[in-house]
Amino acid sequence: MTTTGLFLLAILALGFLITFQIAKASEYVSVLKGEKKSFEQNNRINGFLMVVFLVLGIIGVYWCNKALYHKTLMPFPSASEHGENIDTMLKITLLITGIVFFITQILLFWFAYKYQHSDKRRAFYYPHNNKLELIWTTVPAITLCILVGFGLYYWFKITGEAPQDAMQVEITGRQFGWIYRYPGKDNTFGKKYFRMIDEANGNMLGMVWKDSTMETPNGVRNLKADAAGFDDIITTTAMVLVKDQPVKLIINSRDVIHDVGLPHFRLKMDAVPGTPTTLWFTPKFTTEEMKKITNNPNFEYEIACDQMCGNGHYSMKGLIKVVKRDEFILWRAKQEPGYKPAATAAPAPAAAPAPQPAVVDSAAHVTTKK
Amino acid sequence: MSHGHAEVATSHEVHHDEHGAHHHHQSFVSKYVFSMDHKIIAKQFLITGMIWAILGGLMSVLFRLQLGYPDQTFPWLEDILGNWARGGKITPENYYALVTMHGTVLVFFVLTGGLSGTFANFLIPLQVGARDMASPMMNMLSYWFFFAGSIVMLSSLFVQTGPFSGGWTAYPPLSALGDASPGSKVGMDLWITAMALFVVSSLLGGLNYVSTVLNLRTKGMSMTRLPLTIWALFFTAVLGILSFPVLLSGFILLLFDRHGGTSFYLSDIYIAATNQALPNEGGSAILYQHLFWFLGHPEVYIILLPAMGMASEILSVNSRKPIFGYMAMVGSMFAITILAFLVWAHHMFVTGLNPFLGSVFVLLTLLIAVPSAIKVFNWLTTIWKANIKFTPGMLFALGFVSLFISGGLTGIFLGNSTLDIHLHDTYFVIAHFHIVMGVSAFFGMFAGIYHWFPKMYGRYMNNTLAFIHFWVTLAGAYLIFWPMHYEGLAGMPRRYLDYSNWASFNQFGDLNKFISTVAIIVFAIQLLFVFNFFYSIFKGRKVTTQNPWGATTLEWTAPIHPGHGNWEGEIPEVHRWAYDYSKDGRDFIPQTEPISANESKH
Repeated sequence: MTTTGLFLLAILALGFLITFQIAKASEYVSVLKGEKKSFEQNNRINGFLMVVFLVLGIIGVYWCNKALYHKTLMPFPSASEHGENIDTMLKITLLITGIVFFITQILLFWFAYKYQHSDKRRAFYYPHNNKLELIWTTVPAITLCILVGFGLYYWFKITGEAPQDAMQVEITGRQFGWIYRYPGKDNTFGKKYFRMIDEANGNMLGMVWKDSTMETPNGVRNLKADAAGFDDIITTTAMVLVKDQPVKLIINSRDVIHDVGLPHFRLKMDAVPGTPTTLWFTPKFTTEEMKKITNNPNFEYEIACDQMCGNGHYSMKGLIKVVKRDEFILWRAKQEPGYKPAATAAPAPAAAPAPQPAVVDSAAHVTTKK
Repeated sequence: MSHGHAEVATSHEVHHDEHGAHHHHQSFVSKYVFSMDHKIIAKQFLITGMIWAILGGLMSVLFRLQLGYPDQTFPWLEDILGNWARGGKITPENYYALVTMHGTVLVFFVLTGGLSGTFANFLIPLQVGARDMASPMMNMLSYWFFFAGSIVMLSSLFVQTGPFSGGWTAYPPLSALGDASPGSKVGMDLWITAMALFVVSSLLGGLNYVSTVLNLRTKGMSMTRLPLTIWALFFTAVLGILSFPVLLSGFILLLFDRHGGTSFYLSDIYIAATNQALPNEGGSAILYQHLFWFLGHPEVYIILLPAMGMASEILSVNSRKPIFGYMAMVGSMFAITILAFLVWAHHMFVTGLNPFLGSVFVLLTLLIAVPSAIKVFNWLTTIWKANIKFTPGMLFALGFVSLFISGGLTGIFLGNSTLDIHLHDTYFVIAHFHIVMGVSAFFGMFAGIYHWFPKMYGRYMNNTLAFIHFWVTLAGAYLIFWPMHYEGLAGMPRRYLDYSNWASFNQFGDLNKFISTVAIIVFAIQLLFVFNFFYSIFKGRKVTTQNPWGATTLEWTAPIHPGHGNWEGEIPEVHRWAYDYSKDGRDFIPQTEPISANESKH
């Protein structure tokens, strides 16, 4: 052990020893003073500290808010319309719970101080009062109904069907990064099957780009190449979205559960292997606009993995670029499809060691018809 | 009901009288190790729980070091932890192992085993007026299964591939696939084994608690005369009995998926580390989450109810006032028990759960706030116009109420699915559950320890150390967890090793440093408590009166050092409820005193 470590340990031990000696001494003193007197003294100190704690606590709450409020997302507008609903809900909840918080905490510490022990008084025998109890059953119940009402109104709005004109983007999580897929010119996602994943040949998602025959315990399965997938754009750089254009994310995972966390849009959805999920929203500001709004030249819409997914969880970052429509068209024109005929010409090593897949067309869920 | 067992009690007595003399000749092993005395078993649970709490707390200190000082190295860490901190930095796999073990240990081994194990064992027979538990043998087994589980869990820290590191909720596929995370190799098998042993322990204990409360109450002790501690521990046991088996079934399916080639939870998986697609198809990873949270949510109340019960009792005793609204307190605990089973999916709002199903769970979840609010207002009314003695137990009970309010209110945010979309799995959640079930349950536990220490050991703990312990811990708890709400409102995710590479979350570097520093101080103060505890067992001021707090309940009618069997001679008979404080001009009237003719009614 290093000297610093030893030194720290020694200080800690010394601190303990001193505290203990003082505590022990105070016990002897109280014996000398008489139990009653020392009890009264301690009671007064603790009663006083109740008020001190209350006052310092309220100051602390104020100060903490002042120091940290501007570091949260609350001072800035949400980057999606859904997020605006969530922000409204947050404010309603904050207001109601805030009032309850201050009233109850003040009563608690104030009562504790005010009704501290005194020989002159006797406690008030007050075992129950049905009227009071009825009041504080019904008032919270009604308040909560209000919160549930608002909450569910927004919840169904957010989780409802995406608009017909929504752009579709697929996002797939893997340890530890994100893969984005656009349907290409035909506006249809090509089929994929997880056993076709072949990292070495650039098939990260298992696109069914070629005819393939696989041995499975249930017999030989034939997969037909899906032409709809030939023009699909597959990238790991960033998801590019259009301002004011609703977007529907189709969320997948290749290995364990991940979560598409979009703090600036106030949204989140798990990526579950084998069970695609969806999420839709409408971006309101381009990345450039957000840089100005947040006063942060380094601002980016980051995708944070919000579900523990392994040792690299903390580094699983994705990127969304929200741009204007013309920029998007330009960007998409520059993208090359993930399908490379040369890659398919090579022998498929993935098919060789393939053990037993019961072929299910997992792409069926995500195919869109426009 | 309470008359039916008089016979049982008598036969116990006879047994006790006959063998009373032999108790002194019991061997050390049968008296202190394989003891069937509920009081010794309670102490065994307590001390094992304390050792776990120190370990679990130390784990949090270690990962808080990483979070607070991500760019610094601590060479002395390598001296202590070896490979866990190569070059003085905690490696990602060990960071996640620490986070996972901290959660598992504190939720199950400290706040479930250590808390109900201790106080259900200690208080149920003493407060209902029984010689011992319904089945002392099962009770002993309950502890030793807990102990065995502890050993297995502890051993997982030392395996080559490390302990399980996928979070205490152990979601598959991560927890099912060793290739996805080294912690999911043999570490996970040990984790499941330890948890299975823990579930067995919890069931043996729980069945015992329920049957003791229902069958072994002394004469006159009707259910409505039970102290609230007993009601709370009773509901806790019921929750555990009904929900732990579901957890175990989830673990068994997980075990099959790990080693039996089944596909309960697995489907469409490609492992990049081995470049292999797995054969599994058709499983649902979400199924596990349903099974897990069917225990996982009641578990929150398994942790919280005993603290609520003890706080109620201690607030009443030291306010010198009856608990306000006894029946409403029992009723709200009953409501909480029922609702606890109907809200589990609020942990799963963002898993792709059907939104309509989600809405049902929103409604049921926020309903829980009603009984919780009733309890808070009743506690506040209990201390209104009281005559409060700030014993250490009372301080912690007051602190419990404060923390329960703070943490309970943030539950209203998270239970509302709309807000949960934004706040799910952020630091807001960490702040919420640490305050409401972590720290507040700890406060309930501390309150209980300080209050019943004189009954356990016939000595007092040192008051000055207790006061320091209380004020530093209360202030520290708020300093640590209050600012975390703000991190959550910035969308900062949980379970990250390092935030410095994130433009969205790297603004909290100073705050993280501050939180870590406070956490270390608070942890050190807990060691002071541990010291006070063990020192006072041997050297504390001796208890000289049978009833030092002037309490009405039965445990204070037993001798200062009760033997196995609790009361010498007959078990006292009960004539009234447990809360006659400051009635008719008297400071308190024990439960054993018959109601006099001119006594006022309540």
